Amino acid sequence: MSRDGPLKDHAGEREVFFARILVMGGLLALLVLVLLARMAYLQIHQHNFYTARSKADRMQVQPIAPVRGLIYGRQGRVLADNKPAYRLSVVPEEAGNLKQTVNRLSKLLSITPQQKKQFYKRVHQRARFQATNLKLNLSSTEVARFEVNQTRFPGVHIRAGLTRHYPLGKIGAHVIGYVGGITAHDLVKVNRKRYRGSSRIGKAGIEKSHESKLHGYPGRQMVETNAAGRVLHQVHRKAPTPGDDLRLTLDTKLERIAYQALGHKQGAVVALNPKTGGVLAMVSKPSYKPSLFANSISQAQYNKLLNAPYNPLLNRAIQGQYPPGSTIKPVMGIAGLATGKIKAKKKVYAPPYITLPHSNHRFRGWDRSGQGWVDLPQAIQRSADVYFYKLGEKVGINAMHHYATEFGLGHKTGIDLPHESAGLMPSRAWKHATTGKPWYPGETLNTVIGQGQTTATPLQLATMVSRIAMRGGGYKPHLLKAWRSANGTVHNYKPQALRPITQPTANDWHEVIKGMRMVVSAPHGTAFHTIGQHLEYPIAGKTGTAQVADLPRGPAPNENNVPRAKRPHALFIAFAPIKHPKIAVATVIDHGGGGASVAAPVCRKVIDQYLDQRSEHAMKTPKKWTSNQP
Amino acid sequence: MDVKSTVSVANRPEPTLTQRVSALHIDLPLFLTLLMGCCLGLWVLYTASGQSESMVARQAIRLGVGLIAMIVIAQIPPRWIRIGAPWGLGIGVILLVIVIGLGHSSLGARRWLSLGVVRFQPSEIVKILVPLTLASFLYARPLPPRLFEIMVCALLIAVPAGLVVIEPDFGSAVLIAVSGATVLFFAGLRWRFIFAVIALLLAAAPVVWFSLQNYQQARVLTFLNPSRAPLGAGYHILQSKIAIGSGGLFGQGWLDGSQARLSFLPEASTDFIFSVYAEETGFLGVAGMLLIYLLILGRGIVIALNNSDTFERLAAASLSVVFFLYVFVNIAMVSGILPVVGVPLPLVSYGGTSLVTLLASFGVLMSIQTHRELLSQ
Repeated sequence: MSRDGPLKDHAGEREVFFARILVMGGLLALLVLVLLARMAYLQIHQHNFYTARSKADRMQVQPIAPVRGLIYGRQGRVLADNKPAYRLSVVPEEAGNLKQTVNRLSKLLSITPQQKKQFYKRVHQRARFQATNLKLNLSSTEVARFEVNQTRFPGVHIRAGLTRHYPLGKIGAHVIGYVGGITAHDLVKVNRKRYRGSSRIGKAGIEKSHESKLHGYPGRQMVETNAAGRVLHQVHRKAPTPGDDLRLTLDTKLERIAYQALGHKQGAVVALNPKTGGVLAMVSKPSYKPSLFANSISQAQYNKLLNAPYNPLLNRAIQGQYPPGSTIKPVMGIAGLATGKIKAKKKVYAPPYITLPHSNHRFRGWDRSGQGWVDLPQAIQRSADVYFYKLGEKVGINAMHHYATEFGLGHKTGIDLPHESAGLMPSRAWKHATTGKPWYPGETLNTVIGQGQTTATPLQLATMVSRIAMRGGGYKPHLLKAWRSANGTVHNYKPQALRPITQPTANDWHEVIKGMRMVVSAPHGTAFHTIGQHLEYPIAGKTGTAQVADLPRGPAPNENNVPRAKRPHALFIAFAPIKHPKIAVATVIDHGGGGASVAAPVCRKVIDQYLDQRSEHAMKTPKKWTSNQP
Repeated sequence: MDVKSTVSVANRPEPTLTQRVSALHIDLPLFLTLLMGCCLGLWVLYTASGQSESMVARQAIRLGVGLIAMIVIAQIPPRWIRIGAPWGLGIGVILLVIVIGLGHSSLGARRWLSLGVVRFQPSEIVKILVPLTLASFLYARPLPPRLFEIMVCALLIAVPAGLVVIEPDFGSAVLIAVSGATVLFFAGLRWRFIFAVIALLLAAAPVVWFSLQNYQQARVLTFLNPSRAPLGAGYHILQSKIAIGSGGLFGQGWLDGSQARLSFLPEASTDFIFSVYAEETGFLGVAGMLLIYLLILGRGIVIALNNSDTFERLAAASLSVVFFLYVFVNIAMVSGILPVVGVPLPLVSYGGTSLVTLLASFGVLMSIQTHRELLSQ
């Protein structure tokens, strides 16, 4: 081989090779030392650090949503409940051929193309081992039908969850409210930590205003997961704290009666217990089904509700702002007496109309013939507008505003419901601030009969009449009666007394209430013909027919000739029994026409129901909440 | 030879086990240490693959194929290997050209060649053929190599390594170059050349950097700062370090390494199998594994030292050293000392070609060791 090459020096070669082996050996020994040092550093020196990292990577803390508190009525009936709901979910990883599975399922259960579309969309967004809902709210028949065939559908499961159920349905919708999906907007206002793992939050009514009590506190579980997030097993669990159960002042039976009494009309009824301020009934019509929202409403359904005639989503009882009309007259009577500008017994001549100086405008009464000579109770009884025009001239807007405000007009009552409206009680200051113009004497005359700019919610009217019933006392209206926390402790809501109206004397109250009593029970009383018969209890009331259009004041024209929007609102306020009032009611019917003919019968039905029920079941007092009672 | 055998027959009527094995041209110390390494490999693979028996079975079959290849090659006299190696390298280069032309691409690189049922990577075969060819070339040349020999050797390294870079498989190309350089080193390459090359490489580093593929650049960047993208390129190395570090001194126990079991560790049965092993057996297990590798290396060096034939010496020494360099590069890579270059852990990583070629290269060592007595004297 080495024939033609230069000569090889075998000994030298060998020497060099040995030397190189030594050098290489040293080099490799160095590399081994480097590796050992690196391993010692990672495995011994940094061991704790990497163990912690390893744990952090695979241990996940998952929130467990708390069970929402229930809402009960005054007598213990459930008004908002958590009911098991069944949903059909598919784990794509286990299901095999997904399309085939879904098609076979839709032969068994009704699955809309939209549900399928939604399902496929969600499947693509999630890991293959995660369950994706195909159909929500399965009926019990569907559940049964699927369970019989379950073995044919690997990877398809029926899962039980809780959905909110509202037994009163439309009747209590506005008061109880509903829960809905949590939006980013909702999360701004709450402590996000409490909503980890939750999907629902109170959106309206009591569900919203007492959200912080109802929601509860989430628990958590620590689970071991793999890199893809699949849960392998639970390591640790802290149970969630369920939300508080609420007991409302609401009388379920009365609520139902009030709702039925409104019939097909639009309007609201508010009944208060004047001795506590507790709301006995509050209905608003038209209404909506709260279950629509609780079961995640579709955009189409929501739009339909938004555009439905007469706005069913509006809670007229606290958001509807109506001119109070003649229902304000008892308050004006009090204002006159308390300021000393009028004497209750002094008869005043009430012609068909009066005019103000330097003006041709005729301020008419509601009847063409006038009421003749009337004193204050008679003026209230007959709703003599001209008597009150004269009263208004004497009392003036400042005192009128002062007393109306004392009775709760023009500001929110502070009831525990969201989105309450304040209504409006006009004043000189208000007029100047909003229009920059001075107050005109004519406006005083409009205001004294509850027209003009004055507006009030039915709840404000109910508060107003309950303050009359309590002769200046009364309480802030509220719905919460008591709440029971998860550990069983019961807390009772303490009614908050309103600042008493002290200026009027006992006799002043007596004269005004006498007039209100005559409205119902004396001939010539505006409501005598409609509700004054067969009274078992003395009722004090006041009608109101509030004009909404600039129609000349006078006898109401034939209702059928007037378009609905121009028809007056029908109002009635009342309390009973007179001596020891137990219930105060305000009813407003949108464009209903005459207060006596339309609104008063609704009020009477509610009062009758409440007082009858109390006499019938006098012995059967509502069950008290005790700590250990579920 | 004749004298020796008669003596042994006279003294000991029964041939010893070593002698019997020698007749099969198997070097028992090397064979046993290799077998230890392979068994350890299967044992680790079982846990690293998520207790996949089918993967272990497949690897065991490859192991069997590799051992047969080793024994078959051990029967070939080293002289034949010396003569055959350049031809083999020629074929290897042709296969590399073919693979670049129409090979199967896997993970964006064309490295695989499919021969009916078997798929293999020509670059793996080239890895052992380059040092053998260099040793074969230097066999007839006066050593230490002069400029002419160095230039020829550089060409013999550059052609296959360049083709492997085109695949692209930068890691393998570097290892091919290193294996060739090892031969030159043992041949007595002068120190001034060695330092000159090192200086040249340092100077060329920026040029190399800009010729790298994006993913290769990313690997280097990630290596320099693994937390740069914890869920991106740095994820592998970070998870690997977590696995190794959480192993501690004694390890978490076989089948109990959470990083691999919960699939946080990527490539757990191939390039990163060492991390699984380190997590489950701890520092002591790692030390034990290094010991096995050192024993194999040591036996290889002993074989090299036992020979006076230039080819045999150079081949044995460089194959043993390159084998250990693979071990070092893999462990250094998964523990964050070197960038992730995609080098499997010898004998342990899941994969056929590298295991078979590795055992084949040990077949060469056995051939060198066991034919020695027959040819010398």
